[in-house]
Amino acid sequence: MNTAYEIPTRPADAANDENSPVVAVEDLHKSFGTQKVLNGVSLSVARGKTLAVLGRSGTGKSVMLRIIIGIVKPDSGSVLIHGRDIAGLSMDELSGVRMKMGFLFQHAALYDSLTVGENVAFPLEHHRKDMPRQEQHERVRQLLTEVGLEGHENKMPSDISGGMQKRVGLARALALEPDILLLDEPTAGLDPISSGEIGELVIKLREQHQMASIVVTHDLHSAKTIADRLALLDKGNVVMEGTFEELRASDNGFVREFLKHS
Amino acid sequence: MSDRGVTAVGAISPRPEPESGVAWTAISTGLGVISSFFEWFGDLGVFFWRTMRAAATPPYEWRELVRQMDEIGSKSFPLVALAGAATGVVLSMETRTSLVRFGAKSILPSAIVYAVVQEMGPIITGLVVSGRVGAGIGAELASMKVTEQIDAIEASALNPYRLLAATRILACIVMLPLLTAAADACGLLMGWVAETLADPVSLRQFIYVGFKGGRFSDFMPPTFKTAAFGLIIGLVACFQGMRTQGGAAGVGRAATNSVVLSSLFVILADVVLVKLIMILFP
Repeated sequence: MNTAYEIPTRPADAANDENSPVVAVEDLHKSFGTQKVLNGVSLSVARGKTLAVLGRSGTGKSVMLRIIIGIVKPDSGSVLIHGRDIAGLSMDELSGVRMKMGFLFQHAALYDSLTVGENVAFPLEHHRKDMPRQEQHERVRQLLTEVGLEGHENKMPSDISGGMQKRVGLARALALEPDILLLDEPTAGLDPISSGEIGELVIKLREQHQMASIVVTHDLHSAKTIADRLALLDKGNVVMEGTFEELRASDNGFVREFLKHS
Repeated sequence: MSDRGVTAVGAISPRPEPESGVAWTAISTGLGVISSFFEWFGDLGVFFWRTMRAAATPPYEWRELVRQMDEIGSKSFPLVALAGAATGVVLSMETRTSLVRFGAKSILPSAIVYAVVQEMGPIITGLVVSGRVGAGIGAELASMKVTEQIDAIEASALNPYRLLAATRILACIVMLPLLTAAADACGLLMGWVAETLADPVSLRQFIYVGFKGGRFSDFMPPTFKTAAFGLIIGLVACFQGMRTQGGAAGVGRAATNSVVLSSLFVILADVVLVKLIMILFP
């Protein structure tokens, strides 16, 4: 891989300070036509911490994740990854930043013409060309074992369940050993047991790899299990951010309403 | 001036009469269509620029390029060969009738060779490939787009313009002239078979008479002009596929538009390229 595209190393002070944000969005605005989706959102996550972003459908949670990884451009505001603003980077420069990030899509977005193993190997084949093929296979096996899917390498995505697809998506997101993990509705559409398993998996992986994670979800139960802090979005704004206990103690009408119906 | 739209005291009526309303709607619709037309070409230009820039800068996706050349080239070969062969047979039968009527039967091999190599082979190949490959690329990329697989490629720190579009467009550019040569060969062979069934002649004699007096410029430029057809087919299909919106209906639209537009542009480009070849190789 061309090192010219690599993200610059973390500033020395940031690298030394465990609480300094790995990902920070500041005053993010985004509209689609006349519909304002994000209206000045500011959030940050430190290394080894998980932030769950909750809110009603259409409040811009997924759009915010897509802006963080650079798939969608914001109208204004900044996205700081390890303290560096990624706005204005070219697609190839962004690729360097994305190599430090793993993204789990809501519907997993597995490549349907590739097997489970090939899906997980895909980032390795393109970014770890110096890695011997045998070592790549070993890494794929290890990742699939981590997500509880050992022995499923040769199945096609269409032959496995939605929960398993999410696990494969997670294994693929972890292939390049990212230090930022973005999860878009990791438990949506799953039964409670699969949902709980995914939650436990995310906690285990976070502890193992010390990643900064942002989880977008509707599922308050999994959010309070997975995340250190929760942020509640409404009409493109952060209504409240804090621990689950802080949210529960809040007098804010929307927060109370949301918790009541969750 | 008509009184319509003017009040009794001479002021302009605030609400237009139905006739002027219809006219205004027609004008606004027309302007919308023209604007969409230019917007489409503008977006196509931006897409082309991004793809070429991605193709020109490392890392190069050689493995995907070879896979696409196989997908586009070898898998289109049977169809192109069959279309070329059928063209050769039809040309032989049709031309024979006309030439016999005018007492010019001796130029039949030349007529078939020139018709097949200069025009029928290239255009038939262009249209067959735009049907098979254009629809295939359009539908595949559109399906990847609506299922977020293209976003997943971006999220995996890869440039989809380089991995998906550049490889397919380059594969089309390289494979079209080769497929055209194959269609020409099949057309000439079956033209000879049809001719020899009516009036036996050896293949060697047929080829000798057919190509006699021919120059490089008679045969090579028409074959290599199909690289431009490849560019058009690959570009239009990738563009239509990667800008798809909506679910299954969007995928269907992308596949249809890829075929219709690439076929249309291939025919229009042929007109320009034939004239250009005439100017450059008089």
